[in-house]
This record gives sequence, C-alpha cells and structure tokens, in this order.
Amino acid sequence: MEFLEPAFMQRALIAAVLVGITAPAIGIFLVQRRQALMGDGIGHIAMTGVGLGFLLSTSPVWMATAVAVAGAVAMELIRWYGHTRGDIALAMLFYGGMAGGVLLINISDTGSNANLTSYLFGSLSTVSEEDVTAICVLAAFVVLVTIGLRRQLFAVSQDEEFARVTGLPVRVLNLLIAVTAAVTVTVAMRVVGLLLVSALMVVPVAAAQQISKSFKVTFVLSVVIGTAVTLAGTVTSYYRDVPPGATIVLLAIAAFVVLTALAAPLARRRARTAEADRACSLDPGSAVPPGPREPGDVRV
Amino acid sequence: MPQHTTTDPVIRLRGATAALGGRPVLRGVDLAVHRGEVVALLGANGSGKSTAVRSAIGQVPLTSGTVELFGTELRRFRQWARIGYVPQRTTAAGGVPATVREVVASGRLSRTKLRLPRKADREAVSRAIELVGLTDRARDSVSALSGGQHQRVLIARALAAEPELLIMDEPMAGVDLASQEVLAHTLREQVAVGASVLLVLHELGPLEPLIDRAIVLRDGCVTHDGPPPEALGQHALPGHDHVHPHAASEPVRTGLLS
Repeated sequence: MEFLEPAFMQRALIAAVLVGITAPAIGIFLVQRRQALMGDGIGHIAMTGVGLGFLLSTSPVWMATAVAVAGAVAMELIRWYGHTRGDIALAMLFYGGMAGGVLLINISDTGSNANLTSYLFGSLSTVSEEDVTAICVLAAFVVLVTIGLRRQLFAVSQDEEFARVTGLPVRVLNLLIAVTAAVTVTVAMRVVGLLLVSALMVVPVAAAQQISKSFKVTFVLSVVIGTAVTLAGTVTSYYRDVPPGATIVLLAIAAFVVLTALAAPLARRRARTAEADRACSLDPGSAVPPGPREPGDVRV
Repeated sequence: MPQHTTTDPVIRLRGATAALGGRPVLRGVDLAVHRGEVVALLGANGSGKSTAVRSAIGQVPLTSGTVELFGTELRRFRQWARIGYVPQRTTAAGGVPATVREVVASGRLSRTKLRLPRKADREAVSRAIELVGLTDRARDSVSALSGGQHQRVLIARALAAEPELLIMDEPMAGVDLASQEVLAHTLREQVAVGASVLLVLHELGPLEPLIDRAIVLRDGCVTHDGPPPEALGQHALPGHDHVHPHAASEPVRTGLLS
C-alpha cells in the first residue's frame, strides 16, 4: 500500500474513483441512444477551455467545464434542428475546439507542450488540490442526475418519440444529458485525458452488456468495471511510469475481451435451456394437447 | 367559449395539411374518433396515414388546420397519460440491454413524471405485461424476443399508463400469427372497458370484427369514411398493396405501380 503515501497519489486516486463512477454512469445513456462518440467530440471542444484557462491564468478545469457545456449544448441544438449538414457542423465544432485549444496554450505564458500532453492523455502528478475540489463537485452533479433521473433518461434514450408523447420534458432531458456528458469529460480530463475520455464512457458499458440482460445490471456492472480499471490503471501508472489514461483504457478493453469470452458459453447455456423448455411442450408422447404456438417457433 | 363535454371526440383533425421535406403529405384531412370507437386508418404506403396519426399527437407539425385531443387544442393539451401511443417500430430494443419490464415501465412515466413509482404504478406495469401475455418473459432482455413479441412489448408500454385512447401505427406489421391473436385479444379487452382506438393498418386482417369505422387515405386526402369496406373486399381498396401482416418485409416495389 506504499502507493497511498504520496499526497499526489491520494488526490489522483480520489479523482480516479470519481471518473470510474461518472464516466460509465452517463456513458450508458449515450450508448443507449447510439451516440457513443459524443464524449469524444466534447473532449475535443473542451480543449479550447483548457487553453483559455491557461491564457487567462484561471483554473483550466472550470474553464474547460464552461466551454464543454457550451459545446454540448450547441451539439444538442444542431441535433434538434436536424440540419441536413449536421455532421459537417459537428466536425467544425470538434476540430475548431481542438485547434483553438492547441493555439491558445501555445500563446499563453504558462502553457507549454508538456502541459498540453498532460491534458490530452492524463497525468497523475498534476492533479492539484484545487482540481480535486472541482472534480468532487462536478462528480456529485453527474451522480445526482444519472441516478436520480435514471427512469426518465432511460425513456428518452430508449425511444425519444414515445417519450415526447408521454409528456416528459424531452428537450430539457436531452440538454441535461449533453450537459452532464460535458461535465463528465472535465471530471475525467485530469486522469484519463481529453483524447481518451470517451473510451471510459463507452468501453465499460460495452463490456457490461456482454453478460447482462437488464439496464439496471448493465448500469451497476459498468460502474464497477469503470472504477476497477481506473483504480488499477492509476496504481499501475505509479509503479511503472506509464501514462494513466492509456493504461486505464487498455485495461477497460481487456475487461471487454474477457467478458465477451465469458459471455459466449453463457449464451450457449441459455439457448440450451430455452430449447429444453420448448422440447417439453412439443413432446409427441404427451397426452396433453400442444399449447398455443409461441411466436419464436419455426414451423416445419 | 364552448364547454368541453363528454361528447367531444377524443381526436379531431380539421383541414389538416402537412408537408415532409417540402412534399405535401396531408392535403386537408378531416377526421374524428369518438369515445369508445375503434377507427382504422387505411391506405397505401405514402398515402399519409402515418403522418396523419403523428400530426394528431404533435410529432409532425401541421402547416394549416387544427388538432384537438379530448376537446382541447393540441397546443394546450397536457393530459398525456390519457393517450397510449404505439409508434411504428420493428424493435423495442435500444443500444443497451433492457428487460421487457424495464421497457414497459417507461410507459408509466406519463403518470409518474418526475416522482418515484409507487406500488400502484408497479402493479399497472405488471398488468400491462400480463395483458400481452409476456409475464413469463418480463425479466428477459427484449433483444431475445421475436418480432411479434417486440410489438407486444410496445403495446404493453402504451397500456402501462392505463390510457383512454390508444393510437397505434401499424401494430400488425411483421407480426406472426400467434402475436396477432394476442394483439386482437388485448385490443378487444381495452375496447370492452371503454377505450377508444385509432390504428393505422395496411389491411383489416384479424382485427376486422373489432373495427367500427374505417377511414381510407389516398395521396393525403380522405377517400372513404364509414363502415369498414368489407363488401368491397379489402383487396379492392384504392392503392391496396399485398402486404400481409405475417410478411416480415415491405413488398418489392417495381416503381411502375407505386
């Protein structure tokens, strides 16, 4: 437990746990509405916020939050108005955000390429006291939204048109998902870095859904996987001097591969059980007349 | 100002016109569904029947004309729990696994809104699942279901709010025989307890005995509004194309007839 000694590691581990919880918690709704790469776009936009933070000598985390939220709202507006060239508009937003960030960091007095790299790929030693406070506040917001409104967010992400006809405030909920995703990006920025943030929103969810049948189990399992890989990645990066972001993402992908391998025999067993059930009802020796045909049955 | 009475139709479209991508789809549609009525909206692909239904619930904006739900102008209508909507879908699944119960429970949100579900809400969800005969599959992932069972999930989701009016967009598309019978039975029970129904259909099929009135659309205009055109034979309907409910896919279109 030697890794718990240095103060910077304690801060890094707190940040890591919060990232492990929040990224899959909002990521599951993005995956559900098939916008798995939205986090990636927000990460690009947040870069301009980091640059502004350096230029104005304020906290890059809060600046990145402000810019990422504005970018996420803009993305949601582009989606609402269903512009036919919506993808082009998004491309402008993403690459403009990334290019702006790089430029701003380089013209600021305090910023350097080393700084840039730490924001792009994450860094343990640079998580400051101030960062931890900001990350805790932002993570609390993400957890409140994703758990408190999970039923409503589920409905909107499952079938938006149906959700509108139930009278839910669908526009507000969509904006809330976008804003929460933006906030999560800045929570995760210090540990995994802006370029790999999206992976932590998507990969734990993809891993969890290999073996789960329900949304609830997928949610819990993806948060467990997220927390496990961020903690393991952070500790590994302390001992091995490898970048934490890359380590965490590769561990998450390893979890995905292991669970996928486990899922195949599990699915086979389920199929066999289902088949056995069916064989019983079709038993020709049975005196009981056959029940109503199940829709899954194949007529021979 | 006229007082809302129980004799107000549950849905009324007056002079409804709508366009999709600049192309006019509805050209002045008048239709009404009265309390306790089961109305089928028939017509060929592209005749505007789906658009008519979706404009009635505010999902397609009208370019002119009015919509009233339960005697209230659509713009002012807020009592969405009175409506159970079954959109045209081939699947009830999303990008993440979800059980039958989880999907059906989302239909109850028109009553619970932002509050937590209570016992009565959970019971309503169980009843809706039971109505479509999926109780034994309630904890299964919807992605493990057949096409007809997906449709049953979508209908149970609409029933979870215990609506007075059911609006269904092609509930029989791609549905196997067993599920068709379940759906007809479910609908019969809803009608027996006083529900009104507006459903878009390709052909009357097994639902025929339930239907009080049929409205036929052609090129965005109502060409028939009255008893189901059984005397004619449904195959003689204008623009009838031979899609049978058990056919999983759309008919092959040559472009000559469509």
